[in-house]
Amino acid sequence: MHMVTVSDAPEPGFRLSQLIYDTRYRSLTIQVVVFMLFVASTAWLVDNTVRNLSAMGKDFNFGFLWNRAGYDIGQMLIPYSNDSTHARAMLVGLLNTLLVSALGCIAATIIGVFVGVLRLSKNWLVGRLMTVYVEVFRNVPLLLWILIVYAIFTEVMPAPNAYRIDPATGEAAMSALLFDSIAPTNRYTAIPSIRFDRPLGSLDLGWITLSGTFLGFVAAVAAGVWANSVVRRRAVAVQNATGVRPTTWWKSVLLLTVPAVVVLVATGFHLNLPTLKGFNFTGGTNVSNSLVVLWLALTLYTGAFIAEIVRAGILAVSRGQTEAAYALGLRPGRTMSLVILPQALRVIVPPLISQFLNLTKNSSLAIAVGYMDLRGTLGGITLNQTGRELEAILLMMLIYLAISLIISGLMNIYNNSVKLKER
Amino acid sequence: MTESSAAFVRRDMLPPQAPPATQAGVLKWLRENLFSSPLNAVLTLAGAYVVWWLVAHSYPWLSHSVWNAGSLSECRAIIAERWGADATGACWAVIKERWHQYIFGFYPPELYWRPISVFLLLFVALAPVLFSAVPRVLLVFTVVYPFLATWLLWGGSPWIEVMILVGFVLGWAAFRIASRYGSLLAVSVALAVPALWWVFAAGPMDRALEQAIRLAIEKVASDKFGGFLLAVTIGVGGIAMSLPLGILLALGRRSDMFLIKALSVGFIEFIRGVPLITLLFVASLLLNYFLPPGTNFDIILRVEILVTLFAAAYIAEVVRGGLAALPRGQYEAADSLGLDYWKAQRLIILPQALKISIPGIVSTFIGMFKDTTLVVFVGLFDPLKGISDFVRADFNWKGIYWEPYIFVGCIFFLFNFSMSRYSMYLENKLKRDHR
Repeated sequence: MHMVTVSDAPEPGFRLSQLIYDTRYRSLTIQVVVFMLFVASTAWLVDNTVRNLSAMGKDFNFGFLWNRAGYDIGQMLIPYSNDSTHARAMLVGLLNTLLVSALGCIAATIIGVFVGVLRLSKNWLVGRLMTVYVEVFRNVPLLLWILIVYAIFTEVMPAPNAYRIDPATGEAAMSALLFDSIAPTNRYTAIPSIRFDRPLGSLDLGWITLSGTFLGFVAAVAAGVWANSVVRRRAVAVQNATGVRPTTWWKSVLLLTVPAVVVLVATGFHLNLPTLKGFNFTGGTNVSNSLVVLWLALTLYTGAFIAEIVRAGILAVSRGQTEAAYALGLRPGRTMSLVILPQALRVIVPPLISQFLNLTKNSSLAIAVGYMDLRGTLGGITLNQTGRELEAILLMMLIYLAISLIISGLMNIYNNSVKLKER
Repeated sequence: MTESSAAFVRRDMLPPQAPPATQAGVLKWLRENLFSSPLNAVLTLAGAYVVWWLVAHSYPWLSHSVWNAGSLSECRAIIAERWGADATGACWAVIKERWHQYIFGFYPPELYWRPISVFLLLFVALAPVLFSAVPRVLLVFTVVYPFLATWLLWGGSPWIEVMILVGFVLGWAAFRIASRYGSLLAVSVALAVPALWWVFAAGPMDRALEQAIRLAIEKVASDKFGGFLLAVTIGVGGIAMSLPLGILLALGRRSDMFLIKALSVGFIEFIRGVPLITLLFVASLLLNYFLPPGTNFDIILRVEILVTLFAAAYIAEVVRGGLAALPRGQYEAADSLGLDYWKAQRLIILPQALKISIPGIVSTFIGMFKDTTLVVFVGLFDPLKGISDFVRADFNWKGIYWEPYIFVGCIFFLFNFSMSRYSMYLENKLKRDHR
């Protein structure tokens, strides 16, 4: 309370009752009391924990992370074997969590934007269909969607050999999707793998080995983006000086695509299509169905929420804004990019990011399909093998918390940059 | 020009002609709503294809439904006999045989009246909260309801619940009496009296009353709970207990006092930053570490505590939104009337802020109700996976997937969809109230 009391003359002396009845001191008193209670209850919890641990003959230390893990992980992004440490297993799990979350966020955003826009369309049939999709997916637990997609993959999808061409008829029972590149089966989904004829070597950082080709590709794309921003800034400077904006779109297209293409061509990039050899697909990458199922279910579920966010964002920009932009003589494309989108994004982005957060947290439902994410490794097998519930669960919570805080920190930075400056 | 000089003058109006065929009736509707542009035509055709595909794949299955059979193989035999050898069909017989497990879990069938009456009484308890036309006296029942529900669901002697309730009543009475002598005294007395009651008097009183008046009904252990009974118990209990905690946290987060604010923010952000599953693991594995050695209590209660903390963090954010949406003038008006902090919150700020937050609270509840299915991962029998896995473990129903999922999914959908519609209706009504 910031109250300015002019008439009160400062009283001489200090009475103990002022600690409670004087607004100048009361908040301090309350905080001291709360602090003491907080410290006392924390001490109580810690004391209980210490006594419980000693009663069980356990201690609190994270040394188990450097012991041999001794279990295998089906899906991994970095080299790992059962001789690796628990810490490495945890890292594999964390990367798996991040992988399915990132893939899910991208796909859910694409679905959400499409559905959100289509739900607003004047087309009666499409509008209704999208409403049905959104309501059905939002109102049923995510676990059900995971289990249903899982059942579809294990019960309905064919075995790999269903893709074999029968010599008698010359036809296969199943044919792969998208120009023979993706073949879902009841054990894994075969997708093309990326191959380089002339790879650029690799960079060994001890913990992780980074592929030189990948680094080169990222560097080329980053350089293109940077050059593009220089071109655009120059165009703005010219526009401010002369009133005429030079045409930049073809420069942008070239700068954004050519470096990446050059790196890909130089390293001999090509896709290796999966082909059936014997009972299994080889040549491509066989992605385990647990990842595909989890990704699909998370995508469809979160997509429904994102669709509503996009719809609300578009509806939040009043029609007057479009009309005002037209009255100023802006063409529809510029109206969209300069007037509508910046205002709609201000509404869309914060809840969108919190949906990304939800998706990341929901990826812990991997437990239902046996996908080895952070919970499956650190909070699953490692916990069960070492019997260190306290350390494993606390560490797992801290890692999830760190991911959440980083994402919401980024969101706050964005929010502050687009906030309307009012009183 | 006079009338007589003209060759022909029409004296009455022609009857209006029917509009062109493309501008009336079905054709007009089709043109405007489905084929207004080439893009829309393509979308319509794509949409029609999707609908056709869905119907073509599900209709044969749904139309070949079997309601009376003892096992999945019997179902398949009946389907093959009626509709041909390679026909597929739905076997709803599993629902007909096992529906009570999906609803009540393993609750003893002769005691079903207890959860049913608890469920019906829930609406009586909610009525005075939801509808202002209901007499205020019923609020007393709302206060008693949680204790009544606990007793009816778990059974045993009611005196423990009564003793806990009496503690609250004593605290309230002490507060009313002591508030004449100053608010600080009132608060300390209101905290001290119930605490003393529970620690020293409640136990002996409970035993004495148990000896004197025997009201014990049959006990039902927590592992008998399952299905939607478990989901609703955890969901409703979690929301009811998390509301007061959430409001306090929201107030704490907006407090001027640094320490209170920091603690509230820390708690809220921590809970919102971790998945519910990890909190459920805390409930099942870690809670015993944090409590005095030898403490061991019911798994449903442990889950309930963590679910309450989880929901409280989300409710706090919803209520904070409501508090932030109030115009500054309301706070300033309360200050200028000379109301102290709690009076201002109770009489001016919270009634308005909570009204704005009701839709958010309802959607938090929907989310929580959906999340109750996760308790399966700490060994409880949720309706979705726990009970379905149990049913499939029976040799008769091995391999049945779609029917249980569809059944449980439909119930969840009905619950949540009607709640979300109710909250939308409420949102509209409250918006009109504001203008």
